[in-house]
Amino acid sequence: MTMMDSNTPHACDLAVIGAGPAGMAAAVTASKAGLSVVVLDEGEAPGGQIYRDIERTTPRRSAVLGEDYVAGGALAKALREADLTYLPRSTVWNISTERLIDFSRDGGSSQLQANYILVATGAVERPCPIPGWTKTGVTTVGALQILLKSAGIVEESAVLAGSGPLLWLVAKQMVDAGAPPVAVVETTPAGRMQAALPHLFGALKGHRYLSKGLKLLRAVKAAGVPVYSAATDLEVTGETAATGLRFTSKGKQHLVSANHIALHQGVVPNQQVTRMLRCEHRWDASQACFRPVTDARGLTSFENVYTAGDGAGIMGAVSAALQGRLAALDIATKLGKSAPERADRLEAALARDGAVRPFLEALYAPATAFVLPADGVTVCRCEEITAGAIREAVDLGAPGPNQVKSFLRTGMGPCQGRVCGLVVASIINERRKTQMDETGYFRIRPPLKPLQLSELANFKPLEKLEP
Amino acid sequence: MARRIESGTTIVRFTFQDRTIEAQEGDTVAAALTAAGVRELRESVVSGSPRGIFCMMGTCFDCLVEVDGRTNVQACRTTVTEGMTVMPQKGGPAVEAGE
Repeated sequence: MTMMDSNTPHACDLAVIGAGPAGMAAAVTASKAGLSVVVLDEGEAPGGQIYRDIERTTPRRSAVLGEDYVAGGALAKALREADLTYLPRSTVWNISTERLIDFSRDGGSSQLQANYILVATGAVERPCPIPGWTKTGVTTVGALQILLKSAGIVEESAVLAGSGPLLWLVAKQMVDAGAPPVAVVETTPAGRMQAALPHLFGALKGHRYLSKGLKLLRAVKAAGVPVYSAATDLEVTGETAATGLRFTSKGKQHLVSANHIALHQGVVPNQQVTRMLRCEHRWDASQACFRPVTDARGLTSFENVYTAGDGAGIMGAVSAALQGRLAALDIATKLGKSAPERADRLEAALARDGAVRPFLEALYAPATAFVLPADGVTVCRCEEITAGAIREAVDLGAPGPNQVKSFLRTGMGPCQGRVCGLVVASIINERRKTQMDETGYFRIRPPLKPLQLSELANFKPLEKLEP
Repeated sequence: MARRIESGTTIVRFTFQDRTIEAQEGDTVAAALTAAGVRELRESVVSGSPRGIFCMMGTCFDCLVEVDGRTNVQACRTTVTEGMTVMPQKGGPAVEAGE
């Protein structure tokens, strides 16, 4: 072997980034079609966040987390059994225009040359900027659920505050775990049910989700958990650690004491990879987020780069797996392989599964206070920059998120705007009275995650990586 | 306070500052510290205020700690190993003024 050969990166037909439902399903389907597949995932084990640690679940955890979580086990098993290369603990930090992927793993770095790429990096939680949200003891609701999934940990004195299906799911799981929340503080504004009702007929095709949602609500209330509705003016109390949540509901101010406050305003696509690749993105007014523009099979505006699952727009885990399979079929067909399953059936299932979404989106759209917080509220947690400072930068002439970033460092900390990005863009957009597609988003540049020089220096060819 | 819903099988010990923490095998540093009642993991870079876990999925970078002398490690993405030394991360890197 010559020097040149050992420096030629490993090549594959399809690189899948992310091992949540979309990534796992796509990888299995593509490998069945005869493609060479490499799966790169940040996690220690397959599942993504929705099926986090599904392979390590116990009967007790499964009973608390419910059948929709347990269902993810089949996908993880299929991934393990498929003829493909699965590389957990891999963080992708750059992709070239020729689809050469740089990633770090176990303290070193490696490369992969992909003919096709499927970006299946899922969702992140929408930011919930309220006064005091940087205090210790304040987390996202998703964080509470990850503690439960990954370590069987529950918080005994927690208030769940916000809006969306996950709020009720986690409240119910905490009830079943024997640690019911101190209170559920719902921020869904009054009148939302009326706004969502026109979508109810369409949503009936997804009645399984509707009845699951109603059961969750009933179970939490039946457990005696105090529920406050249409709450506004949320504020975390406490010096540096959370001691409670203050809010107004039905014209009355309340203070609920708790040492853990979990916030939630729904989930939004994780745009980092598709933004770094300069894929075209558009504002989705119904989901109140940006999503990459794709065709029906998930192909983005970047040659041979697909996206599936919540990263392409929030549809949930079942749809994510269906989209992953559809994208894999499309790629297999383009590579001249025969499809291992029928696309039309997947498309029909996808339409059925997504029927409930317009109803949920209308009901649980974030209240204005979370999208356009008051001047004194910290928006960028990394660099500790308030909404007022962002407005001031706009008034000084900063026309968009990248100029505000240059002025103030919003989005320049280690999270690279993952948490604050949508709120920064929304504040600028409102101040300039323009449209979100015109305002745009942070320009995402490599490395996608902070990288140690030692990782760069320690290069290992993909073939020599540990399993 | 946080508690476990079931007792684990294998105990893994590590230190956080001067405290010995008993984790369960497979725990992330962030989960083990949460179970042990530790909330302050670092001081923020600008104001030096205490920060703890926030997203638990590698997105927010609020749980940065030092692990075995390595800085900027995400506690929520690091699995505990026996004898690991974890320290809170203090603000940003200090720059000394020149003469």
